[in-house]
Amino acid sequence: MTTATIPLELNRKDFVSDQAVRWCPGCGDYSILAQMQKTLPDIGVPKENIVFISGIGCSSRFPYYMNTYGIHSIHGRAPTLASGLQIANPDLSVWVITGDGDGLSIGGNHLLHVIRRNVNLNIILFNNRIYGLTKGQFSPTSRSGKRTKSSPMGSIEQPINPLVMAMAANATFVARTIDSNPQHLGDILHQAAMHKGASFVEVYQNCVIFNPSEWDGLGDRKVRDENIIFLEDGKPMVFGKESNRGLRLRGYKPEIVDLGDEYSEEDLLVHDVTQKDLASILSVMEYPESPVPMGVIRKVEMPTYSDGLLAQVAKAQMTKGVGDLAKLFHSADTWTI
Amino acid sequence: MSDSTDLFNELESVVIRFAGDSGDGMQLTGTQFTNTAAVIGNDVSTMPDFPAEIRAPAGTLAGVSGFQVNFSSRDILTPGDTPRVLFAMNPAALKVSVPALESGGTIIVNSDAFTRSNLAKAGYESNPLEDGSLEGFQLIDVPLTSLNREALKDIEELSTKDKDRCQNFFALGMAFWMFDRPLDMTVDWIQKKFAGKDAVIEGNIKALHTGYYFGETTRTFQHRYRIRPATLPPGTYRKVTGNEAMAMGLVTAAKKMGKTLFYGTYPITPASDILHSLATLRNFDVRTFQAEDEIAAMGSVIGAAFGGALAVTGTSGPGVALKSEAINLGIMLELPMVIINVQRGGPSTGLPTKTEQSDLLQAMYGRNGESPIVVIAPSGPADCFNAAIEASRLAVRAMTPVFVLSDGFLANSSEPWLIPNPDDIPAIEVKHPQGRAADDAPFLPYKRDPETMARPWAIPGTQGLEHRLGGLSKEPETGNVSYVPEHNEQMNSDRAEKIARLAEVIPDQEVFGPEEGDLLLVSWGGTFGAVRSGVARAQRDGKSVAHAHLRYLNPFPKNLGDILKRYKQVIVPELNRGQLAFLLRGHFAMDIKSYSKMHARPFKISEITSKIEEALG
Ligand code: SF4
Repeated sequence: MTTATIPLELNRKDFVSDQAVRWCPGCGDYSILAQMQKTLPDIGVPKENIVFISGIGCSSRFPYYMNTYGIHSIHGRAPTLASGLQIANPDLSVWVITGDGDGLSIGGNHLLHVIRRNVNLNIILFNNRIYGLTKGQFSPTSRSGKRTKSSPMGSIEQPINPLVMAMAANATFVARTIDSNPQHLGDILHQAAMHKGASFVEVYQNCVIFNPSEWDGLGDRKVRDENIIFLEDGKPMVFGKESNRGLRLRGYKPEIVDLGDEYSEEDLLVHDVTQKDLASILSVMEYPESPVPMGVIRKVEMPTYSDGLLAQVAKAQMTKGVGDLAKLFHSADTWTI
Repeated sequence: MSDSTDLFNELESVVIRFAGDSGDGMQLTGTQFTNTAAVIGNDVSTMPDFPAEIRAPAGTLAGVSGFQVNFSSRDILTPGDTPRVLFAMNPAALKVSVPALESGGTIIVNSDAFTRSNLAKAGYESNPLEDGSLEGFQLIDVPLTSLNREALKDIEELSTKDKDRCQNFFALGMAFWMFDRPLDMTVDWIQKKFAGKDAVIEGNIKALHTGYYFGETTRTFQHRYRIRPATLPPGTYRKVTGNEAMAMGLVTAAKKMGKTLFYGTYPITPASDILHSLATLRNFDVRTFQAEDEIAAMGSVIGAAFGGALAVTGTSGPGVALKSEAINLGIMLELPMVIINVQRGGPSTGLPTKTEQSDLLQAMYGRNGESPIVVIAPSGPADCFNAAIEASRLAVRAMTPVFVLSDGFLANSSEPWLIPNPDDIPAIEVKHPQGRAADDAPFLPYKRDPETMARPWAIPGTQGLEHRLGGLSKEPETGNVSYVPEHNEQMNSDRAEKIARLAEVIPDQEVFGPEEGDLLLVSWGGTFGAVRSGVARAQRDGKSVAHAHLRYLNPFPKNLGDILKRYKQVIVPELNRGQLAFLLRGHFAMDIKSYSKMHARPFKISEITSKIEEALG
């Protein structure tokens, strides 16, 4: 493989493909694309070693707009292609672009397993809680009661929380961000890229056409600070426009408190990305039932799938010698005529 | 080890069958017998058949597991139509096996197993050992369980149950005596297999010897048989099953391409043994990936192909059904990959452990849209090795998925394989475009090679070749998404033309027998042995009949149409309802007759000869 050894002097423009972007004006996808193109020059990977693989849906057009290697695959299956690619070629930086329908409905099984295996991928799930490309049916993350074209009387299903699913698969990197906060979004993408293993990022993404009010309360600068807890490793969980509220634990339940006479920062939970129990508690919290945590919820080091595989290859070659066809053919009872 | 005063029958070949409960170790017994026969120099062909259930209720017909082996002093191509000698470990095994037995054949039974309850489980109303129903056979009843327990009584470490587990070696010992075979290979095998379990080793070896000497001292058997070594072409041989040969073929193809072998799959009968074989070959840098389902397996293969590996999946018909959408993506992305379908009885879950050839049309047409694919089929267990290499060669040449249609019979049957010298196997040429500088002309991922029509295989990591592939309709050359009608038309015809052009690099179809005449039999895949043997027999009887066995099912060899026209009748024997016959009719607009059979087992030679006689009147 010809891996570039020249110093990486890439900029945003290097990642812009010649294809016209065709999302609806105002779609949250634009922000994610822009942040991705801005982030990639800084991750220390040559452009030719970056691959984007998507499934089907609005978000899955993403690879066409990135001037990297890419595959726009079939519905729900991007993690499977990405796994094969990563195993065949572990040096690549492979990104999976999926959505709530693609990744959690038709491809739910694959998402679970790719995370469980800790394949070294960056999985970005655009969650707009609706089917966009098929024009507005409820999705697996749509709220109960959601009225859509396919649920005119309201959805009778319970939604799934993507982070809880990732935690169930013992994800080694779990994060959440939102399209309307480009800086935060860019930072999370960068952290996901730097993590070795399956990085799972949920991006709250606005479908301005079919579900425009889904993220009301989280996008608007005036109110968002009251509803989002921005997590920082090692820091107490303070939030609010005046940094006057916080999250603490009451028994095993998270509780919102006002800072002041009764509670101080010392009473609050301190974020620790290595603590699985804490990550489990945080992953369950969702707006509007409670403020929603954003940032890196969990990050731990574990061997990746390819690490394990290549270690077995090395071990087998050490104990049995590098594969020799003649030896293999004769590795049974033989007779000569 | 033989006693020269014994009466020996010299035979050209013998078919024997070991049958018992699925827990009785019959597969092992048959395999050990075969190994010894092969190493002595007989040609061998085997056919295991076992229930789909791992442990069907003991003693029932459903739980019978059998292993048939044909061994011969001449070149044989099938496991034989009718066994001459049957070892039946219980009433159910007897009941299942007797109908196929040669009249006058020998039946050795474990009479201890013929209890009232076992007879009832097998559906016998009276004891066949006593009621005269086996009159046409030579019946030898041996109280095998009690003899074996008695022989092992001093081995204190083994419980009675453990001792009974050695019973199959007692039966094997008898078989070795009857056919004048040495015991040492099996003794070696037992010692290796059960290393560290001394009591088990002792029990099994003792059972083996006791069975052997039982034959010698009691003179129970009126006949002993001798089958001289076969005169096969010189060289070093081993025994292989189709699945083993397939695994070795894949590893060889990868080496010959200078590629890593990626095998993404999901366990399914009867293909899983390919995975099991490959999983032991990590020292060849074989990257097996047991996916979460069939779809994921196929997806992973596409990803690995994009990444520049020799990417292969193995499955069976139901798995292909699930993989169809992803196979179609592979066709659209124009990446090389190999899909092995070890066919089993269908439809639906069908007959998981039995053989059939009923997925040919699925391979050809089981996808949405116009979706041409290369299809080849091995003709015997050892030929799976060649088929794996050939499939890989065609896949990279045309940059496209290739189907290999094996089947349950080929997968599990075994035969001697003349071990090739790896250096004599030609390299498989693979081209990857070189990297480019920023100011070079833009890379065109769908610019086709004028000769092969294949697009370039540019792999991630190559500077300047960044490109996007996808399942949407494309513009020629750039591969950019395009809904222009002419683009769609052209890309569809280019993909079809690319497959058709492979006919230029596949060998001409050969014919066995007269170049023209009254009758041509056309077959494909695992029916080769039976059809070829049947045709040879008919030819010896002076019949004007020829045989064309197809390895290439898409594209067909260039000369196939001419061949078909040279015979008054063309009959296609197939283990399906006439799928190749259907393809040939469509392709050549000719009157092609179908001889179809779906009995969950291969053709018998006699069925083929009867068909020939019927056709030629
Ligand atoms: S339908 Fe919604 S998600 Fe799709 S492009 Fe338009 S705004 Fe974006």
